[in-house]
Amino acid sequence: MSANALSHLRICDFTGQLAGAGATKWLAALGAEVIRIEDPVKQGTWDILRMMPPFVDERRGVDFGGGFNNHNVEKLGITLNLRTEKGRELLYEIVKRSDVVAENFAAGVLAKMGLSYERMKQLRADVIYVSNCGFGHTGPYASFKTWGPIVQAVSGLTFTSGLPEREPAGWGYSFMDHTGAYVMATAILMALLHRQRTGEGQWVDLSCTDAGLTLHGPALLDWTVNGRPTRRPGSPHSNRSEYPALAPHGIYPAAGDDEWLAIACRSDAEWRALGGVVKEPWVREARFAALAGRLAAQDALDAQLARWTRGREKAAAVAALSAAGVPAAPVAKPAERVDHDPATAGFGLWPTVRHSKMGEVRVDGLPVHFSKTDWQIERGGPCLGEHTEQVLTSLLGLSQGDVAKLRAEGVV
Amino acid sequence: MTALQGIRVVELSHERGAFAGKLLADMGADVIVAEPPEGSALRRWGPFVDDRPDPEQSLAWWHYNTSKRGVVLDLDTAEGRAGFGRLVACADLVLECEDPGRLAALGLDYADLARPELIWVSITPFGRAQPGRADLATDLTVLAAGGPVWSCGYDDHSLPPVRGLGFQGYSTACHFAVMSALTALLWRGASGEGQFVDVSMHAAANVTTEMGSYCYLVAGTTVQRQTGRHALETLSMPSQVRCADGRYVNTGVPPRQPKEFAGLLRWLHELGIAEDFPEAVFLELGAKRDFVDLSKIGLDDEITAIFGAGRQALEFVATRLSAYDFFVGAQRTGMPVGVIYAPEEAFEDLHFVARGFQTPVEHPELGRTVRYPGAPYRFEKTPWRISRRAPRLGEHTDEVFGELPRGTSFPR
Repeated sequence: MSANALSHLRICDFTGQLAGAGATKWLAALGAEVIRIEDPVKQGTWDILRMMPPFVDERRGVDFGGGFNNHNVEKLGITLNLRTEKGRELLYEIVKRSDVVAENFAAGVLAKMGLSYERMKQLRADVIYVSNCGFGHTGPYASFKTWGPIVQAVSGLTFTSGLPEREPAGWGYSFMDHTGAYVMATAILMALLHRQRTGEGQWVDLSCTDAGLTLHGPALLDWTVNGRPTRRPGSPHSNRSEYPALAPHGIYPAAGDDEWLAIACRSDAEWRALGGVVKEPWVREARFAALAGRLAAQDALDAQLARWTRGREKAAAVAALSAAGVPAAPVAKPAERVDHDPATAGFGLWPTVRHSKMGEVRVDGLPVHFSKTDWQIERGGPCLGEHTEQVLTSLLGLSQGDVAKLRAEGVV
Repeated sequence: MTALQGIRVVELSHERGAFAGKLLADMGADVIVAEPPEGSALRRWGPFVDDRPDPEQSLAWWHYNTSKRGVVLDLDTAEGRAGFGRLVACADLVLECEDPGRLAALGLDYADLARPELIWVSITPFGRAQPGRADLATDLTVLAAGGPVWSCGYDDHSLPPVRGLGFQGYSTACHFAVMSALTALLWRGASGEGQFVDVSMHAAANVTTEMGSYCYLVAGTTVQRQTGRHALETLSMPSQVRCADGRYVNTGVPPRQPKEFAGLLRWLHELGIAEDFPEAVFLELGAKRDFVDLSKIGLDDEITAIFGAGRQALEFVATRLSAYDFFVGAQRTGMPVGVIYAPEEAFEDLHFVARGFQTPVEHPELGRTVRYPGAPYRFEKTPWRISRRAPRLGEHTDEVFGELPRGTSFPR
């Protein structure tokens, strides 16, 4: 048995961006053979990350997008012109040899190209076909288009991130592209597990806005049970903790330019521990002694605490509070958590891959370790068509001459 | 048939990992959640039914423990420890979130209880072997130290960065825990072998920051938070607009293609407000072109004006319509924009209602049916389902231990 957990699996991968590519990254890092299918006519630019910054140097083009490399490590990349009959035939041969077809086009795009689940099932009865799009394949908004921030807006996640009486702050990145990818990988793995035990394949319709709406937890039950909306005066105030009710709980300024730290007291004991560090008269005020009083005077409490933190260096304040048993953390800047954090370095979280054109580049690793079949991230994302010949010859048995002819005909 | 039918999971109840157990339970795994005699800490979290604190009426407990069975185990007693051992002896998978060292001290860790085929997923703040005060980690500190908070907030950097609500530090780690559990189950199906999986919440947050991490990894640059849009190295144009009804929309990516300029112009005419928008003439010019070369923005006056008019037109329409009408109207003209919904507004929206997202769950003791958030994915053959409301404290202790092979006495 190979030490790669998923090395018995092959994925026919139409995904792109992060919401799709992030899902097959997990599978590839754990050993599955993931074959990205890209369009030679549009040079793979449906996945806009192929040519988007960041870049390692001054070189530009479809093989130099830093985000693309990050999300597509350990995958193979081939080009197939699916507008041509021959291109579709080759795709069908790949599908016959694949366990999973994964895609995150807008709803219905693949079906229009003759690549629906119904068609794929004729090629391979037990195929698993997972579709991931913004609003799913049914419902009034099925034809609407999204990207991460739009999913977050509609599914309530933008609204629930912000300070009171201001516009929403939202998420400063595509949290739902990440999470959509995790949910998509979960769906693929669940369907594979079902197939492993029953031999049955299936189609999965994943809507990223549905997935986003599952992430509000008890707030939605507060609405359906108690009729309390999150849109009400003073709400949301998302650095605070209404449930569980905690105070102080927030993000406070530290000395220096745009330096911040998080502090949370989960009990009166932690509050008293904080008082032992802060040592100012206000921490002994009776109104702050118990949780109810701290909650009632939270604005004043936050203002006092911010006055104390503002003059202190972030790391020193966090260290003093932690040593006293108070939950505290720096609002870490990228350099701090990537290059100066023993808990990420020690975890091996930033592996270096070798990319055929970019050279050595660091990427996001996986935040887990398996005792027997751990992940491996060594090869960079594929350049456009980098593995076309390799896949067509080794998987489909074509000759190099056949591939050259297909190339000349514009099929690959 | 469910996807995870017959897979038995033993979960030690903890707020950090309850969502992972729910994800498995709602797909059909037999998840047995073990609580201490005083009940899980989640039962003391609000909100509560009718705002009356009661460990059986915590909506946080309800939400995160659907489809599970519940047993009471006091790990501080020999009987309770023996009971845990009996449960684990019959489990496929253990899911626990105890601080490193606690289970080992009790003689109840993976090393103590492992059988060759057992899978054990541990979720801890920093991983089992990394430095850091696990006992002081909260959702807020995980998201602050792990990177997400740095990227979220407002253009005005005198305001603190923002943590989004919903315990997303926990949910992200839980998604990885579930992907890990399923991957380990698949490998066990192929090899017969179980294993231990170490999930780090801190690492999970660190690889869920999109450009926050990879701009630094690739180019050494630091992203800066911006109101309602992606954190980037440089300031981008605003993308949130306040509509006529006072609510916000995300205007997404501005129009770039001739057909988008044409659609926007048509929409202005349909609304009867084209006359009020002097720059409409540039939309017309954009619509007439074969191609709008965005690389000429700032160099070519007409292209600059066309691109600017597209962005302004979207903002102009937004101020004339309600947020919802803007969302639907813009999407119907082909532009990916989003209404910024509060969670309860999305929950009641016709699209999510039509997809059956609202999930009725019976609460017989209360004589009422409660609407819960629904499925993150639609499986064609093995549907997601809430099979029962969250267990009452110790509800299934007799039932579960009655099913186990005879051995150690019943735990109290």
